Amino acid sequence: MKRIITVTVINQSGVLNRVTGLLMKRQFNIESITVGHTENPEISKMTFVVNVEDEQKLEQLLKQLQKQVDVLKVNDITEKQIVVRELALLKVVSPPAVRAEINSIIEPFRASIIDTGKNVVTFQVTGSPEKIDAFIDLLKPYGIKELTRTGVTAFVRETQKVNAPQLSILK
Amino acid sequence: MKLTVEEAEQVYEEPITTKAPRQLNGADVFIETLKKHQVEVIFGYPGGAVLPIYDALYKNPIKHILARHEQGAIHAAEGYARVSGKVGVVIATSGPGATNLVTGIADAMMDSIPLVVFTGQVATTVIGTDAFQEADIIGITQPITKHNYQVKDVADFPRIINEAFHIASTGRPGPVVVDIPKNMATSLFVTPEENSQEVNLPGYQPTTKPNFLQIQKAAQAISTAKQPLILAGAGVLFAKATNELAVFAEKYQIPITNTLLGLGGIEGNHPLFLGMAGMHGTYTANMAIQTCDLLINVGARFDDRLTGNLNYFAPNAKVVHIDIDPAEIGKNVPTEIPIVADAKEALEALLAQGSPNGNTAAWLESLNISKEQYPFHYQASEERGLLPQQVLELVHEYTNGDAVVTTDVGQHQMWTAQYYKFTQPHNWVTSGGLGTMGFGFPAAIGAQLAKPNAKVVSIVGDAGFQMTLQELSLLQELRIPVKVIILNNQALGMVRQWQETFHGERFSQSLIPVQPDFVKLAEAYDIKGYKIETFEDAKVLLKEALESDEPVLIDCRVVQKESVYPMVAPGKGLHEMIGVKPE
Repeated sequence: MKRIITVTVINQSGVLNRVTGLLMKRQFNIESITVGHTENPEISKMTFVVNVEDEQKLEQLLKQLQKQVDVLKVNDITEKQIVVRELALLKVVSPPAVRAEINSIIEPFRASIIDTGKNVVTFQVTGSPEKIDAFIDLLKPYGIKELTRTGVTAFVRETQKVNAPQLSILK
Repeated sequence: MKLTVEEAEQVYEEPITTKAPRQLNGADVFIETLKKHQVEVIFGYPGGAVLPIYDALYKNPIKHILARHEQGAIHAAEGYARVSGKVGVVIATSGPGATNLVTGIADAMMDSIPLVVFTGQVATTVIGTDAFQEADIIGITQPITKHNYQVKDVADFPRIINEAFHIASTGRPGPVVVDIPKNMATSLFVTPEENSQEVNLPGYQPTTKPNFLQIQKAAQAISTAKQPLILAGAGVLFAKATNELAVFAEKYQIPITNTLLGLGGIEGNHPLFLGMAGMHGTYTANMAIQTCDLLINVGARFDDRLTGNLNYFAPNAKVVHIDIDPAEIGKNVPTEIPIVADAKEALEALLAQGSPNGNTAAWLESLNISKEQYPFHYQASEERGLLPQQVLELVHEYTNGDAVVTTDVGQHQMWTAQYYKFTQPHNWVTSGGLGTMGFGFPAAIGAQLAKPNAKVVSIVGDAGFQMTLQELSLLQELRIPVKVIILNNQALGMVRQWQETFHGERFSQSLIPVQPDFVKLAEAYDIKGYKIETFEDAKVLLKEALESDEPVLIDCRVVQKESVYPMVAPGKGLHEMIGVKPE
């Protein structure tokens, strides 16, 4: 099962290595990871998407992360009300003949053109990973020359639905 | 008029320093900080990158044990830490000095031994350039330390050392590495000296007090259990909770089994003690785990050598798990009642929960019958020769179970665990989790330094001993009366046993008939050596050797074709023990 986990850490050198090394040592596979400092430059936040086998493994993962001296807080936010965003850049083959057509496709996604060449246009799109998947699928037939995604970063929403299901250990 | 410092500063418009600034460098502050932590002995080995530190040590001495190899130094520190309950301190130089420590660091991590390990490093100006004797020891040790640091600013020395000692010795103990670039040790230290040893680690707050609700649940479970069992691990020893454990077991009349590392947590001859459980534990202890209805784990981590195949482990038991490390709870065995706490505080809280109303008499009686029916067994005869079990029974007899005993890993370790009945806690030093050959002998040196008046016996195999025997120099130099007993079967005994049982007797690279003459080797180090080949000789010579006030080495030539039984074969459940009765 795919889980979104945020880890708040003290921002010092080696901390990313420590956290990813821990995940490697305990045989967890990171699907994506984003890191950046928070409103306090001494504190960073990492957002992982991790694939775990079952709840027992997930519990282990959270506890092992929490055990690290530099880790302040660990949260599995998968089942909370959250906002999730990812950014993708795509270089798409776009000769003048189809450019108008492509532009009309990308419009509902609120993607923007950030670079144009003779036959190639570079798009930037942000949104949930599902939205980005859909965007990529739509542009595939035109020929994607290059694609890069940042991985997700996420926030818990201010208002939570009561009784949002949670793992017992997180209660 | 008396002014406070702040008021005086306002008057004179400049900071008042109560002490004239001294020209201390990082290395001086390093030694001073160790002294503040009451470090009484350092195990180490100098080299290029730690020259400034050894220079500061020369000027401001702390007792330093110069091992003959860094691995010897760190295993000695582990033995010292295990027996004294204090933090073991190690210093080695950069590069090869540091990498030679890796086995010991991993060993300490697995067995939760508090160590602070200082490694030299090349100067910060050349880190990352593949400089002479440079190794990324922070990267290398990151997965095998509780935490590690590199000093990047000389002003950080006191803080980092304070934090290192705090992290190593609190919560679940473990090794902390502090990497010291050479120019940090030589830089002038200008920050005013502070006496404070307080640490501020918001991300490290171990829970020691048990949750009251969980304690109530556990007490409730105990009062309704008919066949409860305590599994006590090394956590009991680290928490210094051996008295509480005995009182708890006696009050509720609950039998106790130990993990390998937990031995000594309860007296070896205690009527409620079933012996060690696990792969080579007693049949009674293992069957008690398989049939109990309540399993109270106090400070053990359900290691695979203890549990056997998890699918069959303790099938009828409700599990209570007391552990200071929350990550151990539920890791291997599903747990109904988790108690994150220090073992002593948890046992005290349980004891405060009123009087027991469970009745375990029938359960205890059946276990006592089992204990009588299934003791450890071996078949001795004059033709077979000297058996390792006979040696260990004599060692136990001649030391009254009071000795500090250290071992490596393997057959000799299992036999020692089976036959040596500890009367005291903190006398058992063995490499459990990592299973390190070459651990026992240097660990005995550290143990003897921690307890100068104790009888320290190092039981080792002939193969493991040869991995760290260079430390015989320390016995020669320090004249500390460590007794080295080699159970010499001219083989890697446990490898040989597994090859016999699971690999069709194909003894691939496990037999080593060519050996040094251990008696002559001892003599080369100015140590008295004994060679024992028969049980009759053993009775006389072992007694003489163990009663000596000098270091001795005893080469016991034991039967090679002897296996450790009973045994839970790998992949099997604890109830599937083989070799429980003599054939």
